[in-house]
Amino acid sequence: MLCDICGKKKATVHLTEIVDEQMSEMHLCEECARQKSVQMEQQFGLADLLAGLAQTAPTGKESKEGVLKCSGCGLNYEDFRKFGRLGCKQCYISFKEHLAGLLRKIHGSSYHLGKTPAYAERAQGGPSSAVAVTPPASLLSDNIEDLKKQLHLAIAAEDFERAAVLRDKIKNLEKI
Amino acid sequence: MKVEELLTQTGEWLRGTGPSSHIVTSSRIRLARNLANAPFPSRSTKKDLETALANIEKVVAHIPFLKGATLFRMDELDQIDRQLLVERHLMSHEHASNPDGKGLLVSSEEIVSIMVNEEDHLRIQVMRSGLNLTEGWDIINAIDDGFAKEIEFAFLDTWGYLTACPTNTGTAMRGSVMMHLPALVMTKQINKVLAAISKLSFASRGFYGEGTQASGNFYQISNQVSLGHSEQDIIQNINGLIRQVIEQEEQARQALLLQNRPMLEDKICRCWGLLKTARIISSQEAIELFSMVRLGMDMGVLKHVDQKTLNELFIVIQPAHLQKIEGKKLNAFERDTKRAAVIRQKLGGKDV
Repeated sequence: MLCDICGKKKATVHLTEIVDEQMSEMHLCEECARQKSVQMEQQFGLADLLAGLAQTAPTGKESKEGVLKCSGCGLNYEDFRKFGRLGCKQCYISFKEHLAGLLRKIHGSSYHLGKTPAYAERAQGGPSSAVAVTPPASLLSDNIEDLKKQLHLAIAAEDFERAAVLRDKIKNLEKI
Repeated sequence: MKVEELLTQTGEWLRGTGPSSHIVTSSRIRLARNLANAPFPSRSTKKDLETALANIEKVVAHIPFLKGATLFRMDELDQIDRQLLVERHLMSHEHASNPDGKGLLVSSEEIVSIMVNEEDHLRIQVMRSGLNLTEGWDIINAIDDGFAKEIEFAFLDTWGYLTACPTNTGTAMRGSVMMHLPALVMTKQINKVLAAISKLSFASRGFYGEGTQASGNFYQISNQVSLGHSEQDIIQNINGLIRQVIEQEEQARQALLLQNRPMLEDKICRCWGLLKTARIISSQEAIELFSMVRLGMDMGVLKHVDQKTLNELFIVIQPAHLQKIEGKKLNAFERDTKRAAVIRQKLGGKDV
């Protein structure tokens, strides 16, 4: 079988494309496939998907202070929207308001519940506590009654994400 | 260790042992980590990358499971060697394409591999045969702790480990399981199963990971979400899901046997015959035929095939491996001929 594009070389890459619900198959040689994949990456990539999500995040700072930039690596927020990649730890702090919404959209949550590096535990909160989006200190409470009160408040305020975190925390404490 | 030496071993992911290995070939856990005090690789200069690589190299000797590990510097390898490392599932295509300032650490048994300066400073990967994410987690957790003793990672209490791409933020962990699901494909149930998987926020991918099509009935299933759940919870969720898929595949295999055993046996044996006699074969076709032979072995239809040989073939029929064995560059047609020859020789096909 010959390549569908150049018609000269043997097709070794087989591609299924879906455009407007129409499925088509293409058979390409290595060279044409490489060109095609560059085109496709330009057309649609994770960056666009992220950019689409990020557009719905609150804006505000830009209009008052001009271009929003990371104070660490100098990454432009616009560039993050275009390419979907952050540049350094400080980006997360500089763009924190935008990222909070984005992370919630991607993961359905914006609270880390996984492991903590050993040194951060030693430093008791570590250098990172400065960026609290909602005071996480309350989550560290080990008093089940306190947590239950907060759970009721969270449910009343329809903050179900926070409620879920509190519920899990209570469940874990009750196990012990 | 040199790249050539890898040719003499099969690699952990095709060892063919471990829990549920009749359906699950391998389990992989990946953690992404970044240095707190350096720009992420995409924002780094070549000098930044060199410094990060040197800092990481310095501490490797103290990390558990990395004794005797080899560091490959990407800019010292040629394109075929880099491709070979991708084919062995030790690193990504992305890591092979732009070698500047990039490194790859590989443990002697190919269980642990660490990409340095890919999208994140560290991409730690642990591979286990069969369904064995829990053991994989224990190993990777210890390696991660080892690094954290020496290196400060980019981490925030609220958002966890910080990664270049926000889809990885949080635990920065991805657990993926490679499954062989021929009976679900043959009974046309696979799309239903994959749709259910994606509804549950899990991703399914092809044989070579992100952006690849399924080939030979192999599917890689992994978690999408990395923030808001602990690592153990994520692993438990994957395990729960995988067990259900295993059950479905087992039922489908039984159904195939009950419905029309001779037809299934015929299909499997024809594939076996093709492999032993073909003169030109593409890697796609080869993997599809291997899939049927594997199914035949798992179901007791083919009783005298050596599993180890078959697993070896999965690796050595890939383009960079064939060229490495042959010792020179081969074009697509030459590879297809060489591939058929290697398969005939390994499976003991008589020249007719």
